[in-house]
Amino acid sequence: MKARLSDDSCARALGSAQIAAELIARNIEVELVGSLGMHWAEPLLQLEEDDSVFSFGNVTASAVGRLVESVEPNDDPSSSPHFLQPIETQPFLAGQQRLVFDNAGVQHPLTLPVPTQLERILESDPTEIIDAIQTSGLRGRGGAGFPAHIKWRTVAETESDQKYIVCNADEGDSGTFSDRMIMEADPFKLIEGMVAAGYATEATSGIIYLRSEYPVALEYLNKAIELAYENNILGKNLLNSNFSFDLEVFVGAGAYICGEETSLLESLEGKRGQIRFKPPLPAIEGLFGKPTLVHNVITLASVPGIFDIGPAEYGSLGVGASTGTMPFQISGNVKQGGLIEIPFGATVRSLIEDYGQGTFSGRPFRTVQIGGPLGAYLSERELDTPLTYEAMAEIGAGIGHGGLVVFDDTVDLREQAEYAFLFCEIESCGKCTPCRIGSVRGKETMRRFVDGPDIRAVQLVEDLCDVMEQASLCQMGGMTPIPVRSAMQRFPEDFSRIRR
Amino acid sequence: MRLRETDYGTPFVNADESSSAVKVSIDGHQVSVNPGTSIMRAATMAGVPIPKLCATDSIEAFGSCRICLVEVEGRNGLVASCTEPVQEGMEVSTQTPQLEKIRRGVMELYISDHPLDCLTCSANGDCELQDMAGAVGLREVRYAEGDNHLQMPVDSSNPYFAFDPSKCIVCSRCVRACDEVQGTFALTIDGRGFESKVATSTDNFMDSECVSCGACVQACPTATLMEKNVIEHGVPDRTVLTTCAYCGVGCSFKAELKGDQVVRMVPYKDGMANHGASCVKGRFAWGYAKHPDRITEPMIRDSIHDPWQVVDWDTAIQTAADRFKAIQKKYGRLAIGGITSSRTTIEDVYAVQKMVRTAFRNNNVDTCARVCHSPTGYGLKKTFGTSAGTQNFDSVEHADVIVVVGANPTEGHPVFASRLKQRVRQGAKLIVLDPRQIDLVRSPHVEAAFHLPLLPGTNVPVMNALAHVVASEGLVDEDFVRSRCDTDAYQEWFDFIKQEENSPEHVAEIAGVSADDIRGAARLYAKARNSAIYYGLGVTEHSQGSTMVMAMANLAMATGNIGRPGVGLSPLRGQNNVQGAVDAGSFPHELPGYRQITDSETRSLFESAWNIDIDPEPGLRIPNMFDEACAGNFKGMFIQGEDFMQSDPNTKHVEEAFSSMECVVIQDLFLTETAKMAHVFLPGTSFLEKDGTFVNAERRINRVRPVAKAATGLQEWEAVQRLANAMGYPMDFKSSSDIMDELARLTPLFAGVSFEHLDNVNSVQWPCNDDAPLGTPVMHMETFAHGKGMFVTTEYEPTKERTNRRFPLLLTTGRRLAQYNVGTQTRRTENNIWLTEDELEIHPADAEVRGIRDGDWLSIASRMGEITLHAKVTERVSPGVVYTTFHHPTTGTNIITTDLSDWATNCPEYKVTAVEVRPANHRSKWSEQFAERESRQQDLLPTGG
Repeated sequence: MKARLSDDSCARALGSAQIAAELIARNIEVELVGSLGMHWAEPLLQLEEDDSVFSFGNVTASAVGRLVESVEPNDDPSSSPHFLQPIETQPFLAGQQRLVFDNAGVQHPLTLPVPTQLERILESDPTEIIDAIQTSGLRGRGGAGFPAHIKWRTVAETESDQKYIVCNADEGDSGTFSDRMIMEADPFKLIEGMVAAGYATEATSGIIYLRSEYPVALEYLNKAIELAYENNILGKNLLNSNFSFDLEVFVGAGAYICGEETSLLESLEGKRGQIRFKPPLPAIEGLFGKPTLVHNVITLASVPGIFDIGPAEYGSLGVGASTGTMPFQISGNVKQGGLIEIPFGATVRSLIEDYGQGTFSGRPFRTVQIGGPLGAYLSERELDTPLTYEAMAEIGAGIGHGGLVVFDDTVDLREQAEYAFLFCEIESCGKCTPCRIGSVRGKETMRRFVDGPDIRAVQLVEDLCDVMEQASLCQMGGMTPIPVRSAMQRFPEDFSRIRR
Repeated sequence: MRLRETDYGTPFVNADESSSAVKVSIDGHQVSVNPGTSIMRAATMAGVPIPKLCATDSIEAFGSCRICLVEVEGRNGLVASCTEPVQEGMEVSTQTPQLEKIRRGVMELYISDHPLDCLTCSANGDCELQDMAGAVGLREVRYAEGDNHLQMPVDSSNPYFAFDPSKCIVCSRCVRACDEVQGTFALTIDGRGFESKVATSTDNFMDSECVSCGACVQACPTATLMEKNVIEHGVPDRTVLTTCAYCGVGCSFKAELKGDQVVRMVPYKDGMANHGASCVKGRFAWGYAKHPDRITEPMIRDSIHDPWQVVDWDTAIQTAADRFKAIQKKYGRLAIGGITSSRTTIEDVYAVQKMVRTAFRNNNVDTCARVCHSPTGYGLKKTFGTSAGTQNFDSVEHADVIVVVGANPTEGHPVFASRLKQRVRQGAKLIVLDPRQIDLVRSPHVEAAFHLPLLPGTNVPVMNALAHVVASEGLVDEDFVRSRCDTDAYQEWFDFIKQEENSPEHVAEIAGVSADDIRGAARLYAKARNSAIYYGLGVTEHSQGSTMVMAMANLAMATGNIGRPGVGLSPLRGQNNVQGAVDAGSFPHELPGYRQITDSETRSLFESAWNIDIDPEPGLRIPNMFDEACAGNFKGMFIQGEDFMQSDPNTKHVEEAFSSMECVVIQDLFLTETAKMAHVFLPGTSFLEKDGTFVNAERRINRVRPVAKAATGLQEWEAVQRLANAMGYPMDFKSSSDIMDELARLTPLFAGVSFEHLDNVNSVQWPCNDDAPLGTPVMHMETFAHGKGMFVTTEYEPTKERTNRRFPLLLTTGRRLAQYNVGTQTRRTENNIWLTEDELEIHPADAEVRGIRDGDWLSIASRMGEITLHAKVTERVSPGVVYTTFHHPTTGTNIITTDLSDWATNCPEYKVTAVEVRPANHRSKWSEQFAERESRQQDLLPTGG
């Protein structure tokens, strides 16, 4: 008998180590894999006996004995409360189109990639690579959705003795975990993407800026980098080409603001994590003043998939200018939380209802916040909006990093609006005034609605939101008004209710 | 002079030669600026100032306050005008209903966390936050009282300024000024978001790395960092532009006044030497001018054991004249002499040397440059043809390699040090030759590529070794040498320098420096595009001081590092007007403008102007005067502002000399150590009362303008003129500008200089004449002053002062930041709290074998004498080397220095004294004698004086 067990942070937090111990104690060979993204079913265990594979979800260590017995010939595994539909036919996965997460959960995270694709890339002309990225229509997956090829070309065309590829792995938005998952499940995907970007832009040094809260990712990344060096995927003249590329991981110190690219660069330089004004753009003067391509993990990890299926094919996925696939992450008050990689264009509703299967509490749905703590709260009647950059912008929302947090009808949007300011207060770097003081004043003013309607406070918040949106130095302060305004506009009753 | 200068918000951007000016429209006003200029600066130039708080033109844009937003045609969203560079054809609107609303909203946030005590605030009327609140039209703060910083306590630890964080708007201007202007990195923002606050690494400013340069106070837009003087007296209402009277950097300051009272000294942004920077001395340590110790009335006495008698000016002058005349009658024309000061103005100095040459009828005039940079004068004249540094301070901005030799700029010349460090932070490489690990060797964001910690007394072999590498490794700039230098002299030098005895490997042992480091440093210097040498008294104050100056000149010529910005040989001169004092003819062998007294043509020029025959024989140098005094041949001395008893080597000998004189006339502010040996005291004026000019280390002639009336009623030159008249030579200057006019008339280097010209053009560097009406920033551009550059062979001759078993350590001396020279001024300010006494720096290894712990009383004995000091055990000094300062008279540092001196100029060898150091349990004998004399002489002063 062989076992395959999730080894990502989520499974580990739910006791996968004890489960593995139980399996090993029974002399069962255990293969650790990343998560398939079915977080609702973690820890997820697959047992293989006589060419049949059985899947079990929400496994506990104490259940292992019984599950092992159940897959033996004369038992019936489907009678177990942990029994899941086979992975091949699992509805949660069936509709997905995985280009980034194709290997996640199906192989050991440190399985070396087939070198042919990277070799092909290294044989092409760097400008062809950039052209391919342009054809694919790839946009930054970190939140801004900026066309990737423009950054690539700018870095490529800026003359310098040194250029950098910096991967932003400071995934800090609440309800997002795709960066962590790919680094824990298939770190080579990211490494390949960074090597390709380095080759295309003539950057020879890569740095992954990893948030300190991701120890499992750090473990896998470091091992993967070591393996990559051993196998000439990194280092001098990699894969026998003329191109050399070095890669290292830098662990952040726990500040949300360092997920903003200029703060991240400051932090990498050993300075206080504080926003730099632009211009100059990092692509021209970035890390240590050198041209730097800064991308989020998923953006870079999307690159191998583009070359896998071909840039034109990739560009044909999705809708309009929102091309390719996006790993959405759904969490909060939802029955089936997890990662769903699909082309752009599915509706919000399909994610919540088809994949998420509605609220976890079973109570009526009230709102979903899309795109992290600085994203908009949507009302029920907006759920049929397709998840594309353009459609979301039309309703004053954004996709951000692809996180959806679901709430049932017990949510108080006044509290959520206050929380938006509080989040800004806690995470503000403190450089610019609108964010530094505005967040505190916003939080305080929000408390004025606890006792019921306050017309003057409404005007004050409105004016404050204008100031923060238009005058903040970066998107931290600039986007804080989004959750606040969306809450006040779509759920005005929560701001006029008398609570005491 | 305007109290508040125009603040363009962001720094001036140099024009790139390849690109042309950018034209933009600001609210319809067309303006043309250098590419890279911010919208904010362009708008200010167009006469459309944009509201701002975190921007000021002494530091780079930061973009934090968000008050300066503007709209740009064709651009979405608002643009911060401080951080956004202009682009051709940009159309900017600085005032729209939307901008008005946003700015007011930002200001409302600021004021929601700011005390509303404007009327009682020390910055009332001088507060940018107040101004901007008015400018954006804030009428109401609608936020309810919430979280704030209003209860944060004031830090009053610094003697000169207070830090009140309750008024802080966290614009980071102080932090950035400390980083960018001063380069000390003492401040930071601590905490994040709303908790962000300005902080030092310690609990308060006083205990931190802060050097009290005042840059943060200057940069603060509110009352958060404020001069205690302003807190006490209020905001000044007028300003007078003048020049600092401390070191040779010569910073321009605005003396800001209320009535006749100086409230603060603020560095002048357009000061050509300092560009708005300052140090703790110039910025804050000027209170001595009103110190109760200051003497403002003339005094006389028959012997130094008699009480002083206050008299009127006429009596004092007549007494001095009568006694001098009597001496000359009895002992001969050459029995008296005069000393000019490097602390007074050119005009004061000129009057003294003229008095000596006319009324005294000899050339017995000398100046304290004798004991500091006389080897510079000699060495640079021999090699380049001019007795002065080759560059302006701005030149350092073009240097790729900077060599600092025997100078400690961060303490001795702090404002220049800050600019040097700026350049190093931009990427220039630094080489330090110094026995000690001075700050420049390693301090925040500055690290020397090479530190050669050579033993005191081994400058010449090390410099020769550097040149040896250049010569033997083919690093000579042949084109430069061939076209600019005398080839015979070069060849002779080349043959000499290539000898094995000059090789790094040979010198390494003598100097205690690694041969590899010497080679590395030489290659770095020789291969860079622009290499510049800056040096101090660690070069000159040696028995081979002049040789060392020429050795450096050789190296600079051999590598072609002369005659353009970014290169050269620059002495960092110690005193505000030491250059000017020498320019104006203070040396016994030279008339003004470095012309030989023995040259009959020059002499006749002055003779006809002065209407008197001039003695063709050079007069006595200072040490000769003392020797002659001890021999009974030199009996009278006029001394303008110099304290030989503390500053000159071998104090016992100096004291004996003064004791043998019959009339010592001193012109000074205080009863200095030398004044205690005097018979006539003529009270001097402080720099705040002077009217004249100072010449700084870069040959820059700066105006010194009277801020207050002379407390004594007379300028120094007026007293000198009266004395000359009383002695029988009619001197008739109507004003100090009259004196400058005469100097200019008779001296080609100064031909184009007048007070009027200086008032018009700010300042000039000599030579200033018809060919160069705006002066000469960099010398020897096309040819050397005397045609071809002259190489001189510089053979090493070790000093006679050697260590042995009795005196195994080498003592070297220098300056500390807070104190200045003999401390006459700084000891009478709050600066004293930083260095209340001189201390002896000793390496832990040397301390341990002697059983010395930090803070112990030590006896320091040399062949000349013994003093006592407290121990400072530190690795700043190398093993075998000890170091002290001479700021406090009770120390008597010069009791133990020797009477050895530079072979060419007699500049004393202060920097090398063999000593032994032992733990002590009592003060030295000298110290006790000093204390006794001090109390006796104080008793002789008139009561209340």
